[in-house]
Amino acid sequence: MVTDLLFYLFSAITVMAAVGVVTSRNQVHSVLFLILAFFNTAALFILLQAELLAALLVIVYMGAVAVLFLFVVMMLDVSFEELRKGMIQHLPLGIFVGVVILAELVVIFSGIHTPHAAGAAAAGISNSQLIGQVMFTQYLLPFEIASFILLVALIGAVVLTHRRRKGVKRQNISEQLARTREQSVALVKVASGQGAQQ
Amino acid sequence: MSESLKAILESFHAFGAGLVGEMWWALIWTLIKIILLLAPVLFMVTYITLAERKIIGFMQVRYGPNRVGFWGILQPLADAAKLLFKELLIPEKVDKSVFLLAPALTLVPALVAWAVIPFAPGLVLADINIGILFILAISSMGVYGIIMAGWGSNNRFSFLGGLRSAAQMVSYEVSMGFTLIPVVMLTGSLNLTDVVNAQKGMWFVAPLLPMFVIYFISVVAETNRSPFDLPEAEAELVAGFITEYSAMASGLFFMGEYGNMILVSFMGSILFLGGWLPPVGFLDFIPGVIWLGIKAGLLLFVFLWIRATFPRYRYDQLMRLGWKVFLPISLLWIFVTGLGMHLLGKA
Repeated sequence: MVTDLLFYLFSAITVMAAVGVVTSRNQVHSVLFLILAFFNTAALFILLQAELLAALLVIVYMGAVAVLFLFVVMMLDVSFEELRKGMIQHLPLGIFVGVVILAELVVIFSGIHTPHAAGAAAAGISNSQLIGQVMFTQYLLPFEIASFILLVALIGAVVLTHRRRKGVKRQNISEQLARTREQSVALVKVASGQGAQQ
Repeated sequence: MSESLKAILESFHAFGAGLVGEMWWALIWTLIKIILLLAPVLFMVTYITLAERKIIGFMQVRYGPNRVGFWGILQPLADAAKLLFKELLIPEKVDKSVFLLAPALTLVPALVAWAVIPFAPGLVLADINIGILFILAISSMGVYGIIMAGWGSNNRFSFLGGLRSAAQMVSYEVSMGFTLIPVVMLTGSLNLTDVVNAQKGMWFVAPLLPMFVIYFISVVAETNRSPFDLPEAEAELVAGFITEYSAMASGLFFMGEYGNMILVSFMGSILFLGGWLPPVGFLDFIPGVIWLGIKAGLLLFVFLWIRATFPRYRYDQLMRLGWKVFLPISLLWIFVTGLGMHLLGKA
């Protein structure tokens, strides 16, 4: 009974937060609503007794992804009002995409079997053990491919941003430390009225 | 827990269940436990301020507060009363909801994380399987209070402070997370009670000494304490994200900071210093809670000692330390731990 009430509470907040993401006029508020939606989704996972997924959702999405979102949105001077101008015009397309995703979710949920979850609850295996067992045996290849794609994205981001431009002074700590007095300071006797000569 | 105490608890449960019914009593009992947990935590948060001022005073050959009450013992209460009765000023152009939500979002994670801290065998509010991940998840939420305060204040100094802090906390969370992996590897569980029980033969600080040092430095940075208190560097940013806050709103930020400090000290004692286990076997007549308190107190003292000793870091040095020094060392140590476990035949 309590679980049902909590489910409706958390899902209502999730839906309202999701609506807030697309309707709020201030883009920072949008991101904050998105974070609220993430948090309540994690709470829903906990109601499903998938506490590992909940913790990972909070750590990865709230702790890292959304912080960077917030960073970018606060720093960039993007006028989201401009972007939102065609909202009514693009509404049919949006509704179409939404319906497609909904249909896919319905198909997945009606066809899904969870033998592992049922067996695990009976055997008293913890969440993390179970996910580890399935991920590193049955789904090893997709898992490795996914991690490889992430690695490529990571390297790509580093290559794109870490380039050397001309005219940028870089700090080189070993160079700084290796500097000696002879290299940097010279004691010059300046004749009066003439100034220092090169 | 002794038998008589258990019996008293049983009769108390029966009395409560008879009074309001089984379901409501379960809720009320949880609430009572939360209050019993948070009251000492808030007491510690209040009195660590006095300890800080006294200890730093001692190190700088001053007296510290010594006017309110005997030996200044009532100073924190006087400070709290002052903060509560001051007027909360809300500047003209702030984003009001974000501005007022931020202090609460700083304090709440610092208190929520206590739910999974085991103080003695069985003495834990929520003995969940993923205790370490829970703490990481909750502590990753702490950054929002600060970044929201920085943005909501509509003030350049606050904003810079908030951004600095966000980058700092995200970076040091990475190195802190990596120092926990060897602990999890040696324990084979994410449950904090299991972590302590796994240290019965030898505290993890012995095989994982470099990890312990990195953990401690990382949490000093994570809690925005000196010498890594760049988000509130007075000399450059006035007071960073706290600039526009007054009265209890700024008080909540400080409570969150001190709460986090105490939390990570307890975490450090549980993960590396054997939690409630006594250092030598024959000392186990002293209750585990006291041992845990002594260890956490020592770590807290080091926090204050560092503050009295070191000058503030520069921001680029801070980032370099986190990403280029701590991260490689902890990755290497994860490998070394795995290799050691394999060679000793423990895995």
